[in-house]
Amino acid sequence: MNIQFRENQEAASPLTVKTAIADCDIHPARATRTELYPYLAKRWQHHLEIYGVHAYQGMMEGPPYPKAQPNASRRDAYPPEGGPQGSSLAFMQKQLLDPNNVQLGVLNPLNTGQGIRNHELSAALCSAINDWQIDKWTSKDKRLKASIVVGNEDGLSAAAEIRERAGDKNFVQVLLLSRNVEPLGQRRYWPIYQAAEEAGLPVGVHAFGFGGNPITPSGWPSYYIEEMVGHSQCQQSALASLVLEGVFERFPKLKMVMIEAGFGWAPSLAWRLDKAWQRLRSEVPHVKRPPSEYIREQVWWTTQPMEDPESREDLFDVIKWIGWDRLLFATDYPHWDYDEPSRVLPAGVSEANREAFYLGNAKKLYGIN
Amino acid sequence: MARHVIAPVDELPPGTRKFLEIDGRPIAIFNIKGEYFGLMNRCPHQGAALCEGPLIGLAQSSNPGEIEYTKLGEIIRCPWHGWEFDIRTGQSYCDPRRFRVKAYPAHVEPGASVVKGPYVAETVTVKVESDYVVVEL
Repeated sequence: MNIQFRENQEAASPLTVKTAIADCDIHPARATRTELYPYLAKRWQHHLEIYGVHAYQGMMEGPPYPKAQPNASRRDAYPPEGGPQGSSLAFMQKQLLDPNNVQLGVLNPLNTGQGIRNHELSAALCSAINDWQIDKWTSKDKRLKASIVVGNEDGLSAAAEIRERAGDKNFVQVLLLSRNVEPLGQRRYWPIYQAAEEAGLPVGVHAFGFGGNPITPSGWPSYYIEEMVGHSQCQQSALASLVLEGVFERFPKLKMVMIEAGFGWAPSLAWRLDKAWQRLRSEVPHVKRPPSEYIREQVWWTTQPMEDPESREDLFDVIKWIGWDRLLFATDYPHWDYDEPSRVLPAGVSEANREAFYLGNAKKLYGIN
Repeated sequence: MARHVIAPVDELPPGTRKFLEIDGRPIAIFNIKGEYFGLMNRCPHQGAALCEGPLIGLAQSSNPGEIEYTKLGEIIRCPWHGWEFDIRTGQSYCDPRRFRVKAYPAHVEPGASVVKGPYVAETVTVKVESDYVVVEL
């Protein structure tokens, strides 16, 4: 038995993956409460100071469910210079982009101006967030691309924001949330789809948002864990609405990305829709093809939270139905349910599928060379 | 198996932990109420620096509505996904069948016994009059 003395060292750096990847769900945060003010007219700065923001959710100050960890984030993601997790580009580069060889990172800012009752304020805040994304993130690191945040409850102003940003290479998609005032296929949202289709931009639907309705179809649950699994229920009803209201039929070049709500449920939803459609087609004659066809042609899925069944064969069966060309790898950095790139995909995937999963599909969808 | 001297006891008071790398392995040594425990600082789930997480207790329930909260300060919660492990054993409470953190026995030895053996001194100067925390791996 030997005795050795060792000096106190920093904890080992995290595992790294050398394969180039795209990360299709990164959440940048504001370092300070007033960080958007330079992009907001004085009128709205004063409005915020005097009246604040009114959400559709009554009596809401912050999210209605606690988030397991501060700011729903990894505890090791606080930037050394201070501020909330996700608010420092330098730290994001050091902790996420560099060690994981991220070639394309798609920014999806949350807690923006989406889903608030004052639609003029909503539009102003969303536009400010979009300017801020260019100034603070995409112009400083060419790997990062932004999502156009829009005041989604007012389809016309949202469409105007999309048209203003169309053609700007800093932006690669339009961002909506899954919980809205009405299901996403409703006509009030159609101007958004029309503008996105014209601009050639996919529309991402990210889990969350608080539209004023209970967050599960059966009411308000007791636990945060129920909110977490409720994201997939919400995305399912959003997707069913998009199909059944005829959005995909009306906008055949529209591409939708389901973000952060899993994908394991996709086949069963499509099967159920197809079966009901065969019997009830005359109620929705504008849906001209089996619902599964629209879903498979016009929908992509980000992986985080990556499905993790006991048997990898079960996972492969689901992906086979969805298509290896439809999955977009995402970490959800800096949030606590982050997926580590080197750990999420089991062995037994061909090199071509692995490359598509981690990078190729995203570059193709978002038009990145 | 080698013994590694970690620190003089007064540098690792109760409630504190110390991170180091031994033979290329990231290790953390905890002082929990005067007892010492060593754990691999890597979560077996997705590889986070597990031991940088908060120390919590163990919530268990024999029936809905009845909650026991025990082992206060003895459960480490991963800073990424919140997986919980018992510092004493490395056992996971989420999936004990598949996931376990490597635990390393740690204890205190008097300086006199530490300096007796053959050892490699690197940065800690061993003073015979002090006690030292030692980990075995």
